[in-house]
Amino acid sequence: MISICYSPLYLFELLLSEFVSGLTPYEKKKYVWKMLYIYMLGYDVDFGHMEAVSLISAPKYPEKQVGYIVTSCLLNENHDFLRLAINTVRNDIIGRNETFQCLALTLVGNIGGREFAESLAPDVQKLLISSSCRPLVRKKAALCLLRLYRKNPDVVNVDGWSDRMAQLLDERDLGVLTSSMSLLVALVSNNHEAYWSCLPKCVKILERLARNQDVPQEYTYYGIPSPWLQVKTMRALQYFPTVEDPNTRRSLFEVLQRILMGTDVVKNVNKNNASHAVLFEALALVMHLDAEKEMMSQCVALLGKFIAVREPNIRYLGLENMTRMLMVTDVQDIIKRHQAQIITSLKDPDISIRRRALDLLYGMCDVSNAKDIVEELLQYLSSADFAMREELSLKAAILAEKFAPDLSWYVDVILQLIDKAGDFVSDDIWFRVVQFVTNNEDLQSYAALKAREYLDKPAIHETMVKVSAYILGEYSHLLARRPGCSPKEIFHIIHEKLPTVSTSTIPILLSTYAKILMHNQPPDQELQKQILAIFNKYESCIDAEIQQRAVEYHALSMKGAALMDILAEMPKFPERQSSLIKKAEESEADTAEQSAIKLRAQQHTSNALVLTDQRPANGTPPVSQLGLVKVPSMTNTDQSTAEQELPHLNGALTVVDPQPPSTPSPDLLGDLLGPLAIEGPSGTAPQSDLGVASGLDGGVVAGALAIAPVEEQTNTVQPIGDIAERFHALCMKDSGVLYEDPYIQIGIKAEWRAHHGRVVLFLGNKNTAPLFSVQALILPPSHLKMELSLVPETIPPRAQVQCPLEVVNLKPSRDVAVLDFLYKFGTHVVNVRLRLPAVLNKFLQPITVSPDEFFPQWRSLSGPPLKLQEVVRGVRPMPLAEMANLFNSLHLMVCPGLDPNANNLVASTTFYSESTRAMLCLIRIETDPADRTQLRMTVASGDPTLTFELKEFIKEQLVFIPVPPRAPAPAPTPVPPQALPPTSPPTAISDPGALLAGLL
Amino acid sequence: MASVLQQDVTVGARGKLALLIHFVLLISRQAKVRLTKWYSPYSQKERAKVLRELSGMILTRAPKLCNFVEWRGYKVVYKRYASLYFCMCINQDDNELEILEIIHHYVEILDRYFGSVCELDLIFNFHKAYYILEEILLAGELQESSKKSVARLIGAQDCLVEDAKEQASSIKNMIAQATK
Repeated sequence: MISICYSPLYLFELLLSEFVSGLTPYEKKKYVWKMLYIYMLGYDVDFGHMEAVSLISAPKYPEKQVGYIVTSCLLNENHDFLRLAINTVRNDIIGRNETFQCLALTLVGNIGGREFAESLAPDVQKLLISSSCRPLVRKKAALCLLRLYRKNPDVVNVDGWSDRMAQLLDERDLGVLTSSMSLLVALVSNNHEAYWSCLPKCVKILERLARNQDVPQEYTYYGIPSPWLQVKTMRALQYFPTVEDPNTRRSLFEVLQRILMGTDVVKNVNKNNASHAVLFEALALVMHLDAEKEMMSQCVALLGKFIAVREPNIRYLGLENMTRMLMVTDVQDIIKRHQAQIITSLKDPDISIRRRALDLLYGMCDVSNAKDIVEELLQYLSSADFAMREELSLKAAILAEKFAPDLSWYVDVILQLIDKAGDFVSDDIWFRVVQFVTNNEDLQSYAALKAREYLDKPAIHETMVKVSAYILGEYSHLLARRPGCSPKEIFHIIHEKLPTVSTSTIPILLSTYAKILMHNQPPDQELQKQILAIFNKYESCIDAEIQQRAVEYHALSMKGAALMDILAEMPKFPERQSSLIKKAEESEADTAEQSAIKLRAQQHTSNALVLTDQRPANGTPPVSQLGLVKVPSMTNTDQSTAEQELPHLNGALTVVDPQPPSTPSPDLLGDLLGPLAIEGPSGTAPQSDLGVASGLDGGVVAGALAIAPVEEQTNTVQPIGDIAERFHALCMKDSGVLYEDPYIQIGIKAEWRAHHGRVVLFLGNKNTAPLFSVQALILPPSHLKMELSLVPETIPPRAQVQCPLEVVNLKPSRDVAVLDFLYKFGTHVVNVRLRLPAVLNKFLQPITVSPDEFFPQWRSLSGPPLKLQEVVRGVRPMPLAEMANLFNSLHLMVCPGLDPNANNLVASTTFYSESTRAMLCLIRIETDPADRTQLRMTVASGDPTLTFELKEFIKEQLVFIPVPPRAPAPAPTPVPPQALPPTSPPTAISDPGALLAGLL
Repeated sequence: MASVLQQDVTVGARGKLALLIHFVLLISRQAKVRLTKWYSPYSQKERAKVLRELSGMILTRAPKLCNFVEWRGYKVVYKRYASLYFCMCINQDDNELEILEIIHHYVEILDRYFGSVCELDLIFNFHKAYYILEEILLAGELQESSKKSVARLIGAQDCLVEDAKEQASSIKNMIAQATK
């Protein structure tokens, strides 16, 4: 079809010129394919999208087919061009031509967005439940509906669909059933309550498949009745919390037992994979159903078998599922029996398997086996690939701290850790060990001795210099009687390292010298001279921290005895949560952080702007307690480690480049012509000439894996500040914070012009680890048209992402738009629903009217529905001036002097919406100086809805207390959608008498 | 206890919007892209990045390792057939083996359609590879697990195209075009 001899650039030119001249549909089709090919080769094809889309409306099948398929490959749901096609697509879906229906459903299923969801969902539903449609259309309709449901869950009406869904599960055609089951999984994952009736049907389907009853030959895969449908069905069952009906439960367990017991390892790879896919899903379901202990131990036994098999896939999955199994408390002891085997997997040639093993070891570690596991981790550390070292060292440090049988062992472990992988040991780790040593007197001399031993090594890591200098400065006097530990010797051995360290370490060394000087009793004149000379030298250092210390220490050491008091030992640290564990909780895996930096370097997401912010991490350095002797502030160290990381990262990046195609492979033709070796195992393919890189793959991966969640993971992320309060504040102003929790801050900045608004959401990641699966969904009320630009799925660490949101006000209404926001941090899934401050008053523009304009207008709007009057009771008492301010902040311009009565307020404003255009609104408030809790309000405008909505809106503002709330009831739970500020019922009832008076 | 349950439920809360398969890639041993299909919205730039990263990661893996790599919080299931790597990206908690067999299912159908398929078939007939994929996967989910049924549909499509061609070349049409 396309001669590959042409250079792509030539094709480019050719295509461009062809598109310019007119084309017949056939030619168009040809060129559109060529365009897709060029695109696939990696060239940025930004022309011809229009041509591809226009082919969709071609009358003949071949062109239409090409149009549909190329469009769905080239474009994604966010392309504007797609909108052009909605009508054609809809016509094809509701048309009678089955093949056209299929094409249209495929396109919508693959790239349909929200707009498609809203305009096409009813038609697609009709096709799915229609009895006259053939299975090939219905299975596509099921998946298409699934896509639309994902884009907008409201398109499926829960009440109407629960019965239909149950009916769909009676389907005999397995193709339709497979698709329907996918749809069911999505529906129950969102709301299982509505679909209880589907549960027994799922069990029936599972029984039918497991017993191989009535399954057509074409739906068996290597003799297994549709393994995919089995997996899907069990997946759906996992979304129901329990199976209550005893009969259903019994038959389900029978099936599961049969799967657990009846799956044997067979020679055929594919049969093996398929049967194990079913088996692993069954395991997950058993764990979910919290079966009897016997069945659980059966599962663990199976997994124990799996982690020892030769087949790497099964080994990987065995480890992965065993980690999940750790959640089941009863079986942990059984899992521990496999410890040796798991440790062997830590040395597996495959990094994917090593990662799983590390996760599992970390999860299963407790007091009883901590020593063994941590020592294994340490041993592995020296040979581990770079991609895993940071994670490994963090995990080892945490385990050592959490489960240390005795503290000297803990000190040993951390010092070894620093020795073996200094580059990957974050400051938190050594701060923590210093805290422990300071707080435990019996540990001090031991730690000092150990530190002294490490200093004898020829080349030691800078972090080791820091730790040992600090510890020896504090406690070396405890060693004084040992050989080689006199103050002088200690000083010399530490001072030897000074030329090799960076500026962040020098301040620590200076403090150490000062302390040594203090313990120098009886005074050794020579040592004193040397140390003073050093202070002297650094007094002119360019680094402020070093300079200050040098000057201060120098001055202090002149004071003689007073020095003893000032440089006394550091007091004990207050007990606090380990910053390490905090760190691990914050960022489930630290490699994630590293790879996130890498990601940031490579990836700038879509059209959203990514701003990065390199502020140093969490403020207070734990050791800087008393003013004088302090460890350099973390800012310095942080920066230096960041700098250290950079070259390393660059190094890793170069590995990412795919093998340059410049080396012509001798068997290129063999590659092209050789059959894809379906029957044989994949390993038998011609020896890879890329195999040499096996050692490199580690550097490349650095996938953001999460440590297996060992602690209970509940959605306990608490918002900071009161969400409702923030919302009300934002109703009055145009920028501020909408939501904040420990991980994310959502800020808002809005501009309003007539009935248009442009709101920018600022999503700021507060952490040093990326936020994943970020999803923002706008649930607009019917009167607002809102369009949110693409929100990137991942927010890099400490980055802020801006997402513009366009708002158009169609008609007056007080309904509130809701932002459904979801992200994942580590294992926390946080989902909040936030009201967006796109409220009625944003579409108001204050306007001053003169008496000449006001009175004719006021009189011409003579009564309901254009002019409404109401007596409002229960008003928050406020002076008239405050009320005037409130009105002004709501964009209702108070016009003084229009009403002769000083107790009355008159305000005017212009309201903008698409239906009303600019509309003048007039408001009059009559207050009673004797009773400030009630007032009479009259609102008039040229539009009845507007009058009513504005009146209710103002009433809400007067009755409800916007800022500050009297009783700030914190709302940790998501704000329910449409939760309008409550109007207290008594005031909502308008006084009939007053109404009558108004009419008269 | 019951934490497994809770975890599954929270994962489910995310899963409702997440696809089973985020994208499908066919990459040759020389890092040439032979087919891409994206079920999640990725911009052009992101697509290029994904391709670069994954081909760097997967092509360098030694043989006889497992078929899964962990990448950016997702999993990529891949399988090598001669010179071609078939890759599919899924969520962390999805069933990996199921996806691995979807890959094989696809390859078997390609093999049956082309008759001992090779990379060159997929270069010259890459559009066919797309047609077939469209019948197997939709919305990132498995659509049809019967090879026969897929073969039937693809056969019917081919007939439709052939018919249209014949029609276009028939004399009647020529005249119609000439008089246009």
